[in-house]
Amino acid sequence: MFEITQEVVASHGFTTEEYNKVLDIMGREPNMTELGIFSVMWSEHCSYKSSKKWLKSLPTEAPWVICGPGENAGIIDIGDGQAAIFKMESHNHPSYIEPYQGAATGVGGILRDVFTMGARPVANLNALRFGNPDHPKTRHLISGVVSGVGGYGNCVGVPTVGGECEFNDSYNGNNLVNAMTVGIVDQDKIFYSAATGAGNPIVYVGSKTGRDGIHGATMASTEFTEDSEAKRPTVQVGDPFTEKLLIEACLELMQTDCIIGIQDMGAAGLTSSSFEMASKGGVGVELDLDKIPQREENMTAYEMMLSESQERMLMVLRPGTEVKAEEIFKKWQLDFSVCGELTETGHMVLRHKGEIVADLPIDPLAAASPEYDRPWIPTPKPATLDMASSPAPEDPMATLLHMMGTPALASKRWIWEQYDHMVMGDTLGHGRPGGDAALVRVHGTKKALAMTSDCTPRYCFADPVEGGKQVVAETWRNITATGATPLAITDNMNFGNPEKPEIMGQFVGVCEGMSAACIALDYPVVSGNVSLYNETNGQGIHPTPTIGGVGLIQDAAQSVGIAFTAVDQDIVLIGETKGHLGCSLYLDLIEGRSDGSPPPVDLSVERKNGEFVRSEILAGSINACHDLSDGGVLVALTEMALAGNIGAIVDTPEINIPFHAWAFGEDQARYLVTTLNAKELIARANQAGVFTQVLGRTGGNDLNLSAVGSLEVDKIKQANEEWMPKYMS
Amino acid sequence: MKAAVIVFPGSNCDRDIQVSLRKSMGDEPLMVWHGDSSFDYVDLIAIPGGFSYGDYLRAGAMAAKSPVMREIIARANKGVPVLGICNGFQILTESGMLPGALMRNAALKYVCRDINLRVEANNTAFTQGYNVGDVLRIPIAHHDGNYYADADTLSELEDYNRVAFRYTDASGNQAVDANPNGSQNDIAGILNKNRNVLGMMPHPERLADAELGGEDGKRMFDGLVAALG
Repeated sequence: MFEITQEVVASHGFTTEEYNKVLDIMGREPNMTELGIFSVMWSEHCSYKSSKKWLKSLPTEAPWVICGPGENAGIIDIGDGQAAIFKMESHNHPSYIEPYQGAATGVGGILRDVFTMGARPVANLNALRFGNPDHPKTRHLISGVVSGVGGYGNCVGVPTVGGECEFNDSYNGNNLVNAMTVGIVDQDKIFYSAATGAGNPIVYVGSKTGRDGIHGATMASTEFTEDSEAKRPTVQVGDPFTEKLLIEACLELMQTDCIIGIQDMGAAGLTSSSFEMASKGGVGVELDLDKIPQREENMTAYEMMLSESQERMLMVLRPGTEVKAEEIFKKWQLDFSVCGELTETGHMVLRHKGEIVADLPIDPLAAASPEYDRPWIPTPKPATLDMASSPAPEDPMATLLHMMGTPALASKRWIWEQYDHMVMGDTLGHGRPGGDAALVRVHGTKKALAMTSDCTPRYCFADPVEGGKQVVAETWRNITATGATPLAITDNMNFGNPEKPEIMGQFVGVCEGMSAACIALDYPVVSGNVSLYNETNGQGIHPTPTIGGVGLIQDAAQSVGIAFTAVDQDIVLIGETKGHLGCSLYLDLIEGRSDGSPPPVDLSVERKNGEFVRSEILAGSINACHDLSDGGVLVALTEMALAGNIGAIVDTPEINIPFHAWAFGEDQARYLVTTLNAKELIARANQAGVFTQVLGRTGGNDLNLSAVGSLEVDKIKQANEEWMPKYMS
Repeated sequence: MKAAVIVFPGSNCDRDIQVSLRKSMGDEPLMVWHGDSSFDYVDLIAIPGGFSYGDYLRAGAMAAKSPVMREIIARANKGVPVLGICNGFQILTESGMLPGALMRNAALKYVCRDINLRVEANNTAFTQGYNVGDVLRIPIAHHDGNYYADADTLSELEDYNRVAFRYTDASGNQAVDANPNGSQNDIAGILNKNRNVLGMMPHPERLADAELGGEDGKRMFDGLVAALG
């Protein structure tokens, strides 16, 4: 038996104050297993101790929200008795230490969060952020992460339909891998995690438990140092084939009435799953660890409880249904073991080799879970950029060509072609990766879900409040640009060390901005995940609240993509252009500066413009639509031309700002659309109080801007497509 | 026409081909579990894409030894048409029903994209809905689609018009850039001697619905219904 020394306590991540609480709750010194359980349950990863106070301020309700944050994933009503279940989760630390397995198990974990609630996963998305492409580790990390995401998702047969990939120095020592899964379920077949009914059997299913991933949750709750490589053994190993079997077996069992509660074993494995199920149901739990299927010999109770072996689930069954349930799992060749039962004691009691190896009170441990109001200081508001300080580029078309070939804007085809984005046969042709939002039909119906993930960390870094508004608004706009109605978001909050007041200030600011946008756009948060301590050697990442948005369109046939669909269509810019260059991509790429304030988000204009665009798409007057973001009007126009292999002839409208500010400024609430009848569209826009400008017409092989010059679409395409394969080869 | 779709535990295109067959047949295909060694008489057996038993060994190697494959081989020998797509093609080569092997893609990466195929043979139940020389747009999604066979086998395939589909560019011309995986002779699909077994890497079931971006694949299923009743 190990002795509980001060070092042991500290190595489990406890502060003195926290450890004193442990002693209070236990009324005695805990043993190692108990200490380990406290440690993972109170880790930042599982307890949200730094973030809880602020997360509570986010709006989480709407008439279509069936289940908000607090369960494995969020649930929204999509009509006809169906619901969409979704969540995004980070696997940042593991993916940096072991990119392939870290990313793969990130996908596996988020899939389980969704199918544990009864939904069949129908789409995966992922948001990847890496360091500077010139940093010696970046290429290796991209290669491992992308194969890991693909290796797992392709095998389980869930299409990976969207995402993003961005580079910035602040991720040099700490890349971000945020994975999102969306599933579909019948509303009368939703399963929750609460365990109820003393005497009911607890069943373990899935893979066997090994020694992998022990203390993963604690590892994810500390900063990195140079010796983080030594933490590689804390990274789990994924087995997508077993996951596929687990999906099918669970969904088959869910068609019966055997299950009372079910929860996947994610971070902190058996500990957090059994603990959370019992805590939610207000019961006690007794586990016989000899019944846990084990991959290795002589595992201790400590190891079994803290292992993060993948592809495992814990269920509470109705008594007497064990045989029926076991048959299903046998058919899918998965382990099935009745390993304990619920009790009325309110305690978690673990037996191993005939002895009681742990006995902890559940409610006090959960209720005493630390919650901090960490000191924070607001980020100072940056000064607005003086437009005069930005010199006009000599040749704007050459500038455009250059920008389209930079890592920021270059095509990410190299990545998404390694993901099966069509399996399951419902990914719409114009809803494949590369557009504003992915479009996936709800199987067997005319409906489709629109899904996207987005974040602009440079805005959040400069001004967390405006940046927080912008990330929510941009996903809302992405979904709107397909014709779908945005319904809800999942948030994956990636930040640095919350013990630093300026980092905590970023978190608080972003939450404030997000809240405002969620309220103004009727677009609540239904699930999420917080990843803190994204720092290496004291250097924090840019604040990165990745937002995953989900929307619905009743008739998939009415949706549109970003590609120009035909020649001789009018190109209309919706929304006002003021030439906001502060914090813009242009400033970063061309002038090497990142100063100024990010573009302000006027949420009422955002809503008005978006609703106008959506109603026009549904009315059939818009043939293609692209929201404006990084790089402004000219980049969006170029992307539409590239996607459709059709050029455009554009007369720059009369403007009273420098051309490059008009072309590359990143004012919000804007869309580019094509239509057969600009005159009528504009008349309706005027009625709705929506600002519009006709830019020109589609056609030809060039992007022809009367005022500044012309570029072959093929030439831009080459620059846009060649960067990533070249870089990775 | 009656059709069966074979379902291995790691199949993941089983539903996709079920949907495509249903659409062309108007009837439900029979879904046959990999452990079943007998099933009703059918006019067509389809082996779908996916990862059969995880494919941690060579793709399709374990599935080739499964109980259901013994039955499929026996029926194919009696002339029942068998269509293997992607992992199905890999299983057909591993089981010896088709010659050659599917190696790791030349670029060593999984690749999912629409490619162009030229129809090389239409005197089969599978391809009679096409004309020889038609250029189709069909998606691929695989890691191991690099077709290899020894020189004698290749000449036999070519001499007897047993290459059903070849990778080409959009105009139907063979080109290095148009071959997505390094396959010899740009081979995308081959037939057995009796022309009742077709293995192909591309997924016709994925573009058999205009809303998904095209219907070139539907012509294969419509053609099968026309040929097999």
